[in-house]
Amino acid sequence: MPRLGNLLADRRNETEKRTIILPDQSQATEPVFRLEDVSVYYGDFRAVRDVTLDIAQHQITALIGPSGCGKSTLIRVLNRMNDLIPGARVEGKVVYHDQDLYDPAVDPVEVRRRIGMVFQRPNPFPKSIYENIAFGLRVNGLTDDIDDRVEEALKAAALWEEVKADLKKSAFDLSGGQQQRLCIARAVAVQPDVILMDEPCSALDPISTARVEDLMFALKDRYSIVIVTHNMQQAARVSEMTAFFTTEITGDDERRTGVLVEYDRTETLFTRPSDERTEAYITGRFG
Amino acid sequence: MADQSVTAGLTRSRARPGEALIKILLRLCAVVVLLTTVGIVASLLFETVEFFRDVGFGEYFTGTTWAPTFKPARFGVLPLVAATFLITLIGAVVAFPLGLASAIYLSEYASNRVRKIVKPILEILAGIPTVVLGYFALTFITPTLLQKLVPGTEVFNALAAGIAVGIMIIPMIASISEDAMRAVPQSLRQGALAMGATRRTVATKIVVPAALSGIAAAFILALSRAIGETMIVTIAGGLNPTLSADPRQSMETMTAYIVQVSLGDTPAGSTAYKTIFALGTTLFVITLALNTLSYRIVRRFREKYE
Amino acid sequence: MSVAAPPAPSATSLATGRRAERSVRALTFQAVLLMCLSVGLMTLLVLLIDVFRDGVGSLNADFLNNLDSRFARRAGIRPALIGTLWLMGLVAVISFPIGVGAAIWLEEFAPKNKFTALIDVNIANLAGVPSIVYGLLGLAAFVRFMHMGRTVLAGALTLVLLILPVIIVSAREALRAVPDSIRHGALAVGATTWQTVSRHTLPAAIPGIMTGMILGLSRAIGETAPLITMGALTYVNFVPTGPLDRFTAMPIQIFNWTSRPQAEFQNVAAAGIILLLGALLLMNAVAVFLRNRYERRW
Repeated sequence: MPRLGNLLADRRNETEKRTIILPDQSQATEPVFRLEDVSVYYGDFRAVRDVTLDIAQHQITALIGPSGCGKSTLIRVLNRMNDLIPGARVEGKVVYHDQDLYDPAVDPVEVRRRIGMVFQRPNPFPKSIYENIAFGLRVNGLTDDIDDRVEEALKAAALWEEVKADLKKSAFDLSGGQQQRLCIARAVAVQPDVILMDEPCSALDPISTARVEDLMFALKDRYSIVIVTHNMQQAARVSEMTAFFTTEITGDDERRTGVLVEYDRTETLFTRPSDERTEAYITGRFG
Repeated sequence: MADQSVTAGLTRSRARPGEALIKILLRLCAVVVLLTTVGIVASLLFETVEFFRDVGFGEYFTGTTWAPTFKPARFGVLPLVAATFLITLIGAVVAFPLGLASAIYLSEYASNRVRKIVKPILEILAGIPTVVLGYFALTFITPTLLQKLVPGTEVFNALAAGIAVGIMIIPMIASISEDAMRAVPQSLRQGALAMGATRRTVATKIVVPAALSGIAAAFILALSRAIGETMIVTIAGGLNPTLSADPRQSMETMTAYIVQVSLGDTPAGSTAYKTIFALGTTLFVITLALNTLSYRIVRRFREKYE
Repeated sequence: MSVAAPPAPSATSLATGRRAERSVRALTFQAVLLMCLSVGLMTLLVLLIDVFRDGVGSLNADFLNNLDSRFARRAGIRPALIGTLWLMGLVAVISFPIGVGAAIWLEEFAPKNKFTALIDVNIANLAGVPSIVYGLLGLAAFVRFMHMGRTVLAGALTLVLLILPVIIVSAREALRAVPDSIRHGALAVGATTWQTVSRHTLPAAIPGIMTGMILGLSRAIGETAPLITMGALTYVNFVPTGPLDRFTAMPIQIFNWTSRPQAEFQNVAAAGIILLLGALLLMNAVAVFLRNRYERRW
């Protein structure tokens, strides 16, 4: 099987066409995202450059790397949340299934209905548990059987048993871990295709983290999941594929640009990394 | 070995002699604030008590004719209160939607450049002296707008006064509401946008409800300001106490009456003189109640989003 | 599952060319908001144009020099102008030490106890009291109780009390903006609190305090109701020469002219308004200038 990721430290522009190695060949399908030479700019600062990778369906793909390496920037490319930042610009090609995501005919609002996001700090709305989920349903026109849909979403997020007694309680009365699961419930309620998670457990305690990770396993049957994490153990635990990013100093100014170093099956990347930067990061020599 | 000379003098106060005096003076300055409140309450109460010796509570609070200088004198405050409330109501109808809409636009839609230009302009509007607004109401709003659009509008009328009062409080509502909305954390907006909500939905279903206590406080403070307003209603509303719900008529508010008495030759010690203090007390109590209510609302509901 | 399975992942339906942010509803909403904002701004513009048109013709040297008169052509603003100048001078001189002194005490010296909290509550409440009530206070306390009579001094004191909350609040904010590192640096070399405040904290806060003073004076210059209530005159045919004279002020004069039945007096009133707004504009320009020139960004 062809090896992945032959970027070596001093060859900046060498990229190879990548193929996907699927863990289970019976599920061989089109990738859900194909990125080709994607760079993200804020104004004239290039935050991340020349990313080429494919993300498979019904898998958990982890993006890891030291801070500032552009992994959060990259994940926001996938649901066009970067559009909200004035001066942000994406170059290169981002293909979602067979559609160029940045085609002018594409409505970013529609994109976000299909590609959901869970944020680093739980951000439930200051409403009741029920209303937190119902809001998304109403916004997306899924107004039949709201009660049933709310219940299913909460079950899917493994929160139902804990809150079913009083759905009218304020979301802020929940613990941090429960709030994050509520945000996940909110995201799955609108029946997305993909769920993006930007460091979803970094604000949670270890027990809540474990529960959210269990949830991710359960969810990947129905959704494709991309997760950004700075916790390598987490990436090793949950993901099938891992992409490692790092920063480089660009040109004459001191600012650092994120770059994709290696992208491989998780097991391979963590035990037999091809690039010495990857090895340095995962053994803790830096980052 | 601890040296006596090192610790010597540690307990002696370093403060120079004049400083104790300075501190007392500074404290007195702060006490002026308390003295002002005491002064207001004392000045109002003293004459008000005298007033209610001459005039019964019943007549004051329930009488429908205000004619203190006639014979027989009548002291029913309802026409004045009704006029105050009608004009305030008109002002609210004008200012609440315009002010809130402006705040939503500035907070959720406007770019930084637009805000930098618009906010100072609103500040200027807020700084226009009320005499000028009264002039505007009398010489522009009434003849140019009202008498052309609304037949039967008198020269002095509650509608023009109400509109001008509304104009006066728009900046207040816009500014306080906008502050409340900008205090809503960005993470809430992002959460909603990430689910495919539009800016309109985020603004109306997420931000405004989250900022509701601040917006309510803005409304109540603006009402309080409108009730205490004097010059606009004196110039444009008239000095003719009329109990009516027809805004095209001229009517006199509580504040306008106080001005009327102060302009005239009402002898001190007469009941008519004491009326301005009774009205002052009424105004003071109403605005105090409203202001306290608005602070309570903000404090009660403030911790709602973290 | 009682609800439908998620739609098969096909993205062709994404590129519809429709934009939810650009739908009729979204655009109408935005347009309505913008219109509401414009109404407020437009009104200001209309007001300024109207006043200017009405009054510019009457704005001449005679207007500035003459006393008031029964005849519109001869009516002038001089007594009111001098009265306002006297008032503003006294208000500035009296309110500055009291307001800044109170702010210093509250920010730098006062312990956080019930007494201080009481003062805070009072400042907040006083800020919301209608200005005409201050006039009643001035009438009862200064004019009658202290036997000052209806003089410039009594009027100035009334206005001082009115704007005191504004001055205290902005001075406190200016003091609060000075970082603690400055205070700590002074204290660490053995300075007393007062030495720290007077030599370090206060000078650093002066630009903000000045801005607050101008804010307060801008408020005071346009106040009419409290002055009328405590007995300022509305028809004055002399110029006040001292703080113990009777007086009038510009906004009162404007009010008086506006109330006269003859139509020509409206033009005179408008001329007075132009002058008053001009003074306000000048004060605000000075405040902005001071703020930009001297304000330090910590």
